[in-house]
Amino acid sequence: MRVGVITFPGTLDDRDAARAVVVGGAEAVSLWHGDADLKNVDAVILPGGFSYGDYLRCGAISRFAPVMQLVIEAANKGMPVLGICNGFQVLCESHLLPGALTRNSDLHFLCRDQEIEITNNQTAWTGSFELGEQIVIPLKNGEGSFQCDDQTLAMLEGEGRVIARYVGENPNGSRNLIAGITNAKGNVVGLMPHPEHAINELTGPSAQGLGFFTSILNAMVK
Amino acid sequence: MALDTVAIAQVTPDTSQPFTELGLKPDEYARIKEILGRRPTSSELAMYSVMWSEHCSYKSSKVHLKQFGEKAPKSDALLVGIGENAGVVDVGQGYAVTFKIESHNHPSFVEPYQGAATGIGGIVRDILTMGARPIAVMDPLRFGPADAPDTRRVLPGIIAGVGGYGNCLGLPNIGGEVTFDETYAGNPLVNALCVGVMKHSDIKLAKAAGAGNLVVLYGAKTGGDGIGGVSVLASETFGAGGSTKRPSVQVGDPFVEKVLIECSLEIFAEDLVVGIQDLGGAGLSCATSELASGGSGGMKVQLDKVPLRDPSLSPEEILMSESQERMCAIVEPSKIDRFLEICKKWDVTVTVIGEVTDGKHLEITWNGELIVDVPPRTVAHDGPVYNRPLAQPAYIDQVNCQKVNVPIPVTAAEIKAAVLKLAAAPNLADKSWVTSQYDKYVQGNTIQSQPDDSGMVRIDETTHLGVAISTDANANWSYLNPYQGAKLALAEAARNIATAGARPLAVTNCLNFGSPEDPGVMWQFAESVRGLADGCLEMGLPVTGGNVSFYNQTGSVAILPTPVIGVLGVIQDVRTRTPMSYTKAGLDLYLVGQTHEDLAGSEWAFLHNQRVGQSPDADLQREMRLIELLLEGNSFFAAAHDLSQGGLSAGLTEMVLRHKVGATISLANAGVSLISETPGRVLVAIDPSDTARLAGLAIKNAIAITKLGITGGDSLTINDAVIPLTELSIAHTSTFPKLFG
Repeated sequence: MRVGVITFPGTLDDRDAARAVVVGGAEAVSLWHGDADLKNVDAVILPGGFSYGDYLRCGAISRFAPVMQLVIEAANKGMPVLGICNGFQVLCESHLLPGALTRNSDLHFLCRDQEIEITNNQTAWTGSFELGEQIVIPLKNGEGSFQCDDQTLAMLEGEGRVIARYVGENPNGSRNLIAGITNAKGNVVGLMPHPEHAINELTGPSAQGLGFFTSILNAMVK
Repeated sequence: MALDTVAIAQVTPDTSQPFTELGLKPDEYARIKEILGRRPTSSELAMYSVMWSEHCSYKSSKVHLKQFGEKAPKSDALLVGIGENAGVVDVGQGYAVTFKIESHNHPSFVEPYQGAATGIGGIVRDILTMGARPIAVMDPLRFGPADAPDTRRVLPGIIAGVGGYGNCLGLPNIGGEVTFDETYAGNPLVNALCVGVMKHSDIKLAKAAGAGNLVVLYGAKTGGDGIGGVSVLASETFGAGGSTKRPSVQVGDPFVEKVLIECSLEIFAEDLVVGIQDLGGAGLSCATSELASGGSGGMKVQLDKVPLRDPSLSPEEILMSESQERMCAIVEPSKIDRFLEICKKWDVTVTVIGEVTDGKHLEITWNGELIVDVPPRTVAHDGPVYNRPLAQPAYIDQVNCQKVNVPIPVTAAEIKAAVLKLAAAPNLADKSWVTSQYDKYVQGNTIQSQPDDSGMVRIDETTHLGVAISTDANANWSYLNPYQGAKLALAEAARNIATAGARPLAVTNCLNFGSPEDPGVMWQFAESVRGLADGCLEMGLPVTGGNVSFYNQTGSVAILPTPVIGVLGVIQDVRTRTPMSYTKAGLDLYLVGQTHEDLAGSEWAFLHNQRVGQSPDADLQREMRLIELLLEGNSFFAAAHDLSQGGLSAGLTEMVLRHKVGATISLANAGVSLISETPGRVLVAIDPSDTARLAGLAIKNAIAITKLGITGGDSLTINDAVIPLTELSIAHTSTFPKLFG
């Protein structure tokens, strides 16, 4: 199984995401933003970073990259897509996911080990988790506050599309403590914290982030 | 202003030139005229003024820095030594590591965010220039009093700048220091360290060899920012009033630098450059003259080809601009097409601006007219050298003969109050408010970071080879005795690495001092360099490079002498490192090393406004035996934590709060034992079954050990003083949020 990892100019966590894909048991395939070519991958990860330096708005320019047109097309046909941090922002800008990510409520960049609760284990990226499972993975961003209008929020909650919530104090002002959401089909997931930095206890706070990368393998086998 | 050409300079010898405004002294100006045999053109004057600045030419420090070469220990590890952009050391398995610290003090006071941000940007490009992939940064910082109004302006801006730039580059921030003292009030210290890794064969040097090879400028376009940054900003004392000099601060764009890093690494991987130099301090003046003098000397540059952000810039301004995120490469004509192709892939602006010649002069033209015609060595390396007068300042004898007079806690209530006071002191309090603004996880190789004793990164995922780095300075000791202070900082940095199980290998430094024109400051500097050189020789650690920052003073008040020492070490398997704290109850806690009544220069004395007495003497032989003990004990230590600022009190606080597991300690002479800062001590936790092994190591290495107590419980209990962890934690963690929001 081949999982593509996109590199935009300014992407930072691409090699980390590729490492997590490999540890999770799949093959990582490097995708370049400027190439309209998905290289026959079965799933795509948009990793974290500051693509295009966050110019204009986070993710606003990357959304127009040649590779993104193929990703949007494939996602609408059901291909599993995971956007982490800046990748989540790109997915929102691409309208694959609703809402937007805004400045953290205290206006500081925040890097810390964050507890989150998995609130939907029916997506392509969360199937390995128990419902209600609490895991600790790094949160690191300056614009991680999930915002949307009341109607969208009601829809996300009503349809069970919030896939993870922050546990404890709200770290960034996200509505309803939302850490991640999915689309209606459950194949596209956006997540603010970084599971790729929690694949072992040597370099991360835990190995609990690995579940996102094993989930996709299981989803494809099914 | 009309263009000033070489031809015009030859026929107008008496034209008055603004050399003083550019920071040059009359005799320096006379020397330039002597070298050239005529008056310099305005462009040449611009180049000499920035390159002969204190910041670039090390004119006041050179005569002292020579000791690092003269007293260099024999070392097989050093692959590239002092003089290049950064030193390179062999860490085994074919890997080479390069690391360096630089200061960006004055810009960060004038414009905290951009000053700190471009400090990170500059040191990262130095590391990149050696051919290495940058893998981590650290930031030793010093500020005025924590509660001073201006610190509230400067500190948040500097922290945000370090984070804003470093985070966007994808470099984990793995440590540093945050220290407060009133002498830094008008002159904060922003030192930035970067470490990079490469294979031996990938090392790049700054040389322009081979006539006909092309001079290529790539990266950001040149703007009007940072003009004269090294001369009018970094090499002068701030007056009490005066202009803010803000236009002399560069403005950075980390996105451009991130792309520049990836683009450069791709270029290096295909072996497309003969030589390379980044554009930092003194911009194009520095890059062209250093590259040319690194080769045979001949180079022709068409300055009008330089892509500009602001088309109104004059040639003098282009030569002096310190616009960030630019690199200059020497490329063989046969490889230029591929070079341009890679730049295009990364959307990096690239321009061929000249070529290497077989002549001896650096010739720069502007629309065909010759505006610079100089022997490049005279610009880059043959600047003035000053053997400035130095004299031991009067304060030394005055403070050395006094004894520290502070209250010593005796009763349980006093002991508890002292521990809480030290835990909450700004210099010792929890720094999460700072470090949570830095990405420590990116690249996925961070093994240790703040608040660990040292930063540690893995450099090979298969063999688990890693490097550890610590930066340290104790300016209070350096103030009392700069010779010992430098040695003690070296010992502390080395110890901080060894506690984790890494073997110290090489040294870098950032020497922050007041004005070299003050004989007392010059003496502090000379003593510090002598101490560091002697210490490095004794410990067998080569100095790989460093940075000198003078003129850190406001009016006549100099900062404390602050030599920041960085030590890099190697650990063969990062999985075996010893953590700084323990996670379980029932372990034995030992003090490794001996405590004496060393209160001079201690945090406890600082908190009682006492800056008197004699600093401890550095016993480096004992320090080296302690390091051997730590490296051998790494196989069975549950935890090891260095004792330094704040002594045993701070060490215990940090240890018990890390994983919220308490300890019960019994101490004879508890007051002094807790607050003394005797160097060469480490707190070690072991399983009781390993007692004999620890005792064996202590005897073998002739280091005293004392059992202090056992781990467990939800309090730190010292004799009869019971300090609940919740109370200790609140004291430790509230200080920064209270001060800075």
